[in-house]
Amino acid sequence: MKIMLVDDSKTMRNIQKGILTQLGYTELEEASDGLDALSKVGAFQPELLLVDWNMPNMDGLTFVKKFREQGNKAPIIMVTTEAEKSRVVEAIKAGVNNYVVKPFTPDLLSERIKETLARVAA
Amino acid sequence: MDQSYIIPFVKSVQNVFETMLQLPVQISQPELKHPGDSSHDVSAIIGMSGDVEGSVVLSFPTATAERIVAIFTGTELDASHEDFADAVGELVNMVSGGAKAQFTGKEVTISCPSVVIGSSHQVYGRKDVVAICIPCESDCGQFNVEVSIRQESGAPASSN
Repeated sequence: MKIMLVDDSKTMRNIQKGILTQLGYTELEEASDGLDALSKVGAFQPELLLVDWNMPNMDGLTFVKKFREQGNKAPIIMVTTEAEKSRVVEAIKAGVNNYVVKPFTPDLLSERIKETLARVAA
Repeated sequence: MDQSYIIPFVKSVQNVFETMLQLPVQISQPELKHPGDSSHDVSAIIGMSGDVEGSVVLSFPTATAERIVAIFTGTELDASHEDFADAVGELVNMVSGGAKAQFTGKEVTISCPSVVIGSSHQVYGRKDVVAICIPCESDCGQFNVEVSIRQESGAPASSN
């Protein structure tokens, strides 16, 4: 399973990497913002993406819209401090499959990942 | 400044530190910050705009910040390490995001964080907005959350 982590914080990407590695996922690619992610998805072909919202250069919501416009179907989990209901709705409308609000526990992120992959597989 | 804006930051800092670091935070009585009041060595700063505007600063003595970053990243990093500022910036990002989510009925955007590192520096916000200092105590040491925000004219009234 190829998973792309899109977050401008290296700390946050490292935390996510640790959780994913514990879950047995080791094929990971990192991007520091939406633009960086767009430049890498073609070569990496992610099967799951964890995407932050607030990032420089291109925010996560814009990235999700562009990613979907290109016809990509890989599931996306938004992992963000944006906790308002209106933001969650906006993200889902843009093509996000699941949502995790920072701060999160390793258990919560693991649960959301499993839930998202199970939904896609169903 | 509307005092109802302080409680969301108290709740949020406790939630972030408890959830991400398993580090309980005790809050002392918030107080007005006066220009020239001593600051700390490491400050993570984030801007708010929209219906609420201003800035939020998470401010630490170096030793406290290094202990907190060590727990957060799982690695001992001194303040000069390139990843140290990233970690402190992510903390203020989560604290501010968690607080703004409690500003019911308001559209608020937060900026990407900036981090200042330097012994006993001062952080000055807008002159026309009062700054409130929320003293925090943890097993890693004392730190402050400094909130200097106000409701933008024309924004819906606070319902916190």
